[in-house]
Amino acid sequence: MYELIEKLVNVYGAAGRESAVADTLETLLKGHVDDMRRDAMGNLIVQKRGSDPQGKRVMLSAHMDHIGFVVVAVEKEGFLRVMPVGGVGVESGRTRHVYFQHGVHGVIVQQPVPQGETPAMRHLFIDIGAASDEEALARVSLGDVAVYANDCFRLGEHRVAAPAMDDRVACALLVSVLLALDQPRHTVIGVFSTQEEVGCRGAKTAAYAVEPDVGIALDVTAHGDTPETKLPAVKLGQGAAVKIMDRGSISNPEVVQELLAAGERAGVKTQREVLPFGGTDAGAMQLTRSGVRVGTVSIPCRYVHSACEVIDLRDVEAARALLLEYLTSF
Amino acid sequence: MDLKQLCELPGISGREEPVRRAILEACAQRLGRENVSVDRMGNVVARKPGRVPGAARVMLCAHMDEVGLMVISATDDGLLRVRAIGGIDPRVLVSKRVKVGYPAGGAQPLNGVIGAMAIHQQTAEDRKRVLPIDQLYVDIGAKDNDEALSKAPEGTPIYFDTPFSEFGEGLYLARALDDRVGCYNLLRLLDADVCGDTAFVFTCQEEVGCRGATGAAFALAPEVALVLEGTTANDAGDVPASQHVCCVGQGVAVSFMDNASIAQPELFGRMLALARTHGIAHQVKRSVSGGNDSGPVQRAHSGARTCVLSVPCRYIHSPSSVCAAADVDAQYDLARAFLENETGGAR
Repeated sequence: MYELIEKLVNVYGAAGRESAVADTLETLLKGHVDDMRRDAMGNLIVQKRGSDPQGKRVMLSAHMDHIGFVVVAVEKEGFLRVMPVGGVGVESGRTRHVYFQHGVHGVIVQQPVPQGETPAMRHLFIDIGAASDEEALARVSLGDVAVYANDCFRLGEHRVAAPAMDDRVACALLVSVLLALDQPRHTVIGVFSTQEEVGCRGAKTAAYAVEPDVGIALDVTAHGDTPETKLPAVKLGQGAAVKIMDRGSISNPEVVQELLAAGERAGVKTQREVLPFGGTDAGAMQLTRSGVRVGTVSIPCRYVHSACEVIDLRDVEAARALLLEYLTSF
Repeated sequence: MDLKQLCELPGISGREEPVRRAILEACAQRLGRENVSVDRMGNVVARKPGRVPGAARVMLCAHMDEVGLMVISATDDGLLRVRAIGGIDPRVLVSKRVKVGYPAGGAQPLNGVIGAMAIHQQTAEDRKRVLPIDQLYVDIGAKDNDEALSKAPEGTPIYFDTPFSEFGEGLYLARALDDRVGCYNLLRLLDADVCGDTAFVFTCQEEVGCRGATGAAFALAPEVALVLEGTTANDAGDVPASQHVCCVGQGVAVSFMDNASIAQPELFGRMLALARTHGIAHQVKRSVSGGNDSGPVQRAHSGARTCVLSVPCRYIHSPSSVCAAADVDAQYDLARAFLENETGGAR
């Protein structure tokens, strides 16, 4: 699992610019699914056909995109001005190594903030080593998006840190579930979605096309197990988190029960998750057409939306076992 | 129909009928009545078959509605209480002339003025604060509540009384340039020799949350959509150059991203390439701000590839906005180049 995660977190893929991630996933899944396509929003939609003609359609969604900084202006001296793409915090973006789709690297820096002013995105700039606007614009265009530079490393025996762990860890999970699924009874549709970080936009159109009976989002969730952080009551290493609710959706109670029961049968640890903020693709899937039963299986993650998002590999394995049991349980 | 005529028609969000009637008529004259329809939300849809079999189905979008006010009640002494329809900065309102109600039959709208407490009555504190819209009123010269509400009952639309004028060199000064410029260009584009089957959609209720476009996009399920807009040009006054969104007179603004949608990256690239190839003045919109019909159109059904082409407008959403004739033409030229040359819209 580590190798798969490492491979996926190291692919460029800001919100709205996910095609390289989709290319990588296509290579990993080629020959292992019945069909594969991309839609207008850039979603990669793959399918494993079920053996039962009366079987259900189950959509599993993991998003490919992650947060970034979009270039909106270039100063005469060659510095880039940016605006946020998704929920990037000003504080976690202070003096960080970033890079662009075409391989240009830079440092994002916060300029001195006048007393009384709150640090904001307008105080940040990216230094790409250009001496003038002309030189900068020869290497970067307006609209290019910088993301935290690749930096995947292990923390102790079980944990891994990287930017883009949200949500490539779930992309890795979905790949490994699809590869392990052998002639399922129900049709399983894997959606590697786009633009989740700007409002679950990709999952919306994918779910419309897929028309699932059940939709399960695979995503990371925040943690409550570090100093002065208590919510949500989710801990790293304590198993897959089954979401009860967040700001974007209330999980269908039966789906929650089915997922928890599947975890128990599979003999893996699970935790119940109530997140007082945030949302996942489940919110978009739930409101598709005349409504869809949804749930979310989360991987607990520390320091979400920073350059060091930390997960525990044991939680990913637990989620994998839970999902494989769930998909063959009805 | 010229831009002046379009800008002088009233049509606040949800009450677009004068604009709709004129556009419906203009479309019917050009494409035939059978190819033009009005849907239940009040969007006008004109259709034209493409010349290239298999080319992507295209939706072109411009919104008919403008920001304005609506009557909600009247005071005992005959002043109308109002609410904003769409996003209006209350600072632009005080003492502006307005028209209350729409022309209907022989009846003309009433003259009105947006009033507030006179400067003589204001305390030092009052002078520092911005009066919110619910503390402003529209005076139509009525003597009491009964007279006010019989002339302008609750729900009566109010629009800014600003004539269309030519301004400086090659500029227009008018109300509702956002988005009558787009409507004007959509009407001009009806003549284009389109590659794919094309729907020209004049939407309603954009300013209150892109409500018209949502239904229209669902009904049409386009593969590609271009949204023709008027957008903020934050290029005047003391704004530093790095915060200019786009500049009046520097060409059509192509958006990579706004608050409602991210342009499909290949389509965005194609639009810039087309502008270069055809020598059309263009600029990249340099801010992630605002939103428009591209959001719901992109995400209706199973999705569409979208891009927004805007005419930069100063003082947008106010009684008087300013844009350049050359930018209006550049928006038209770029949309036309796309319609006549692109068959796939970049996949």
